[in-house]
Amino acid sequence: MIMSGGKHDTTQPLIEARSLSVRYGRSVALQGVDLAVHAEEIVTIVGPNGSGKSTLLRALIGALPLAAGQVVRKRGLRLGYVPQKLQVDPTLPITVGRFLDLPRRVTAQEREAVLTEAGAGALEHRQLADLSGGQFQRVLLARALLNKPEILLLDEPTQGLDQPGSAAFYRQIEHIRGRLGCAVLMVSHELHVVMAASDRVVCLNGHVCCAGTPDVVAQAAEYRALFGSGTQGALALYRHEHTHSHDHGHAHHDHGHVHEHHSHSHDHAHGAQAPKTEKTH
Amino acid sequence: MLDDFLIRAALAGLGVALAAAPLGCFVVWRRMAYFGDATAHAAILGVVLSLALSMSVFAGALAVALAMAVTVSSLSGRGYGMDTMLGVLAHSSLAFGLVAVTFLPGVRIDLSAYLFGDILAVSKGDLLVIWGGAAVVLGLLWARWQQLLLSTLSPDLAYSAGINPRREQLVLTLALAIVVAVAIKVVGALLIGAMLIIPAAAARALSTTPERMAVLAAVIGGLAALGGLQGAFLLDTPAGPSMVCVAAIFFAVTTLFRRPGRG
Repeated sequence: MIMSGGKHDTTQPLIEARSLSVRYGRSVALQGVDLAVHAEEIVTIVGPNGSGKSTLLRALIGALPLAAGQVVRKRGLRLGYVPQKLQVDPTLPITVGRFLDLPRRVTAQEREAVLTEAGAGALEHRQLADLSGGQFQRVLLARALLNKPEILLLDEPTQGLDQPGSAAFYRQIEHIRGRLGCAVLMVSHELHVVMAASDRVVCLNGHVCCAGTPDVVAQAAEYRALFGSGTQGALALYRHEHTHSHDHGHAHHDHGHVHEHHSHSHDHAHGAQAPKTEKTH
Repeated sequence: MLDDFLIRAALAGLGVALAAAPLGCFVVWRRMAYFGDATAHAAILGVVLSLALSMSVFAGALAVALAMAVTVSSLSGRGYGMDTMLGVLAHSSLAFGLVAVTFLPGVRIDLSAYLFGDILAVSKGDLLVIWGGAAVVLGLLWARWQQLLLSTLSPDLAYSAGINPRREQLVLTLALAIVVAVAIKVVGALLIGAMLIIPAAAARALSTTPERMAVLAAVIGGLAALGGLQGAFLLDTPAGPSMVCVAAIFFAVTTLFRRPGRG
């Protein structure tokens, strides 16, 4: 159930999940998740595969029925959603420009502006089915910018990008955030390396495991060595501070995940070697 | 003019082709080809029921096609693959229809007119039903085109834009049932799928946007209907299958000449 909140409260979150639970059949994907994103905030969600990161985003946009809890949106919230991947059937001919016209027709100027903003300026007349993964990502971002969103929801936008590519993408998101003043809620497949500009990092594994701020240590030589010099401080480390252990039985969790399969037993980023060895696939 | 059975046949064929082809584009894009066939086969059961209850064949076929389409939509994801479930439902409703017709009292009815169509027997009343149905289908597609297209590309993007893709699916299901019901007399239950799929597939090779593909599919469908009728008249062949043959030739030609490297 999606509710609309009041109008004039400035401290009110743009979008909020309240003890949200989602089930797929009998398996529980999310259990009692509380999350609020406020105006102009950048929040990164990290977590192992199958931890419900994408499920949380899809629940927030209203694409999934909730088993319990609720999603509360600011009244009249404009949101831009960038999905993880789009399978375009090869029998469907459609250009990038036409795609941007869905579901609301926009002017040529608007199309050009968002394509430039998203770094996809030259792609307007290309067929969607012919785009590379990175190009498609930028087109999806451009599309999300069309209605001047107050919040951008991005589902693993840097998947398939190398470290400089991720850094460039994060700088672009930061730039867009600066220009539009929108909030950003982003799912990342990296457990430890997150966007440096994140105000908050939330670690998810069916429920919220821990939350905190990333360590922005871009000046330290050891991190520069790790990330290379081309990232211009766009990346940062996140130290997980779990208050409970995932390795000792399931007694205090009543959901169905098998925690041993997740990489929660990792060394919690105590050294510069952690990000390299903890890449999740 | 409408007293000429050939004119009536041509108008009937055009009406069906104009509605079926743009809808067929969605059937192709959403990989619902088998779904179309299943709905059409189920309509035979509807024909038999309406003959038994002496009501309009159109209403009976529409009701059963709609029931079939809704059943499939709501049963999907119950542990069987979509194709398995469609296979079970389509063939069993066709078989039940073929068996049920033998229990009809009185004259034995020849179902072949409904299996393969009997376009030359189309009456003025049938024309009204066909063009009325076609107008409803085209109106539905026209009114919901943007929403349907976005829901087809990505249900999640549709949700994020405040569109319910399940409702759009229902619109397509309804349109499909109407096309099946009006086409059953023209091309027959067994070949309705062909009039949905083949013009759309033939138009794909020549299209760069979805709108162009829908319009071209309608043009190709219309030409196939007229050409098939002409061929049937000249060569004394069955009309419905002849239309499908012409559509298939269009497909072969456009696919052969499509630019290489285009998806």
